[in-house]
Amino acid sequence: MDTLINNRDAIWSGFQTTLWLLLIAGVLATVMGTILAAFRVSPIGSLRAFGTSYVNVFRNTPLVLVLALAIAVIPTLGFNDLAFSIAGREFTTFFTVAMFGLAFYTAAFVCEAVRSGVNSVSTGQAEAARSIGMTFTQSLRLIVLPQAFRTVIPPLTSIYIALAKNTSVAAIFGVPEAAYQMRRLSNKYTSDIWYIFVGIAVGYIIIVLTISLISSLVERKVAVVR
Amino acid sequence: MSDVLFDQPGPKARARHNVMTAAAGAVLVGLAAVMLWKLWQEGEFEAELWEDLAQPNIAQAILDGIVATVSAAASGIVLSVIFGGLFAVGRLSEHAWVRWPARVVVEFFRAVPLLLLIIFIFYGFQDYLGTYWSLVIALMLYNGSVLSEVFRAGMLAVPTGQSEAAYAVGMRKNQVMRLVLLPQAVTIMLPAIISQCVIVLKDTALGVIISYPELVFQGQLIAEYVKHAIVPLALIAVIFIVMNYSLSKLAVFVERRFAQRGHSSAKKTAQVEAGALDQSGGA
Repeated sequence: MDTLINNRDAIWSGFQTTLWLLLIAGVLATVMGTILAAFRVSPIGSLRAFGTSYVNVFRNTPLVLVLALAIAVIPTLGFNDLAFSIAGREFTTFFTVAMFGLAFYTAAFVCEAVRSGVNSVSTGQAEAARSIGMTFTQSLRLIVLPQAFRTVIPPLTSIYIALAKNTSVAAIFGVPEAAYQMRRLSNKYTSDIWYIFVGIAVGYIIIVLTISLISSLVERKVAVVR
Repeated sequence: MSDVLFDQPGPKARARHNVMTAAAGAVLVGLAAVMLWKLWQEGEFEAELWEDLAQPNIAQAILDGIVATVSAAASGIVLSVIFGGLFAVGRLSEHAWVRWPARVVVEFFRAVPLLLLIIFIFYGFQDYLGTYWSLVIALMLYNGSVLSEVFRAGMLAVPTGQSEAAYAVGMRKNQVMRLVLLPQAVTIMLPAIISQCVIVLKDTALGVIISYPELVFQGQLIAEYVKHAIVPLALIAVIFIVMNYSLSKLAVFVERRFAQRGHSSAKKTAQVEAGALDQSGGA
């Protein structure tokens, strides 16, 4: 127990890094996944093929490998210095690369969720949109996607929960988030490993429960009777 | 292709779509070409690298990695199915003292990142377990908990007539669960179990953190050896994609087979569950 109390600063800063990773990667993944889903339902063959292969590649590759490749590829492409700061908090290049890796990986799952949501919107909606003269982009943006997002809240929630847990993989590449702190402390104070594990696990459980809570609130707010 | 969003295109629209397909294709190919050219310029594809990669010990390392990955994943999935079955029955028990502990265990292991479990089991018990069993037990606890929820849904989806009939011929609760509901739930859920195999296979890659010699670990060793990371890691990615893509296709095939055999009432749940698992993903 003392180990947890004595290292509370390290653990707290670890969880802050976890939350930042979750937040930024989550936003990026949602945007990218929605664009990919639009590709996958579009009438343009090459975009459809790109969307399909993107999803198949990223869903079937382990996240560790995606991150390892991101760390190898992104700096080689010339993006060497990706350190940045938000609200007085410094983020290293490794953080940024891990963040993009997580976003690329999660985008594939978001894409599939949004696509199934688009397919669940009844045909009449899009037909009505077309018959009053809306273009493909307009009917997607104004009619279909707003309805699709309501039905995809439960699958999106499980994706964000998976993302919250997946941020721990960044620890393998030295991003000092919660799992990294746990590994460091477990190495240092092996006899206290039960406290360290339960302490960090409770932190993750709180994050997961918060996401489900927010999701059920949002779901209640935007629910529509069909 | 989704038919929700656009009507069947006429000749004009088809011509327009063809032009846009070509234009978008050109842009995508162009982007890929710029990336590959940049990597080529940085010497990621130089002739020396391919010579290094052609050595027999590289192929051996990759083969060892495949064996290590598949054997950990296989043990992991078998133990997960057993664990999942036990805890699904536990969660459906009539006795609160069985139901509640089972629920706490399942909810806990589902909410905790797998990597945390691996680190905990490895640092806590490495003297007894070693890397292989540390990884396999972590896989069992995490994926077993996920599967137990799947089985529970499956057992609830078995038509009530089945358990009523079993009670009518004089079976006990224990027998009904063990002999009637669980076997049917497992068959209904076979596609979901196969989808979970994809996740387990991907999750074995987390073994790198405890230096278990699976594919990603071997890939990193090779990368160090040939002093270039991108090509070896991409090669490992291709191996994973081929293995997992065939497994997902197998899941779809099995699902179709069951649909033909007409497990109609339970089929829908199985599809829903398989979909949910697909989407939440694992690491």
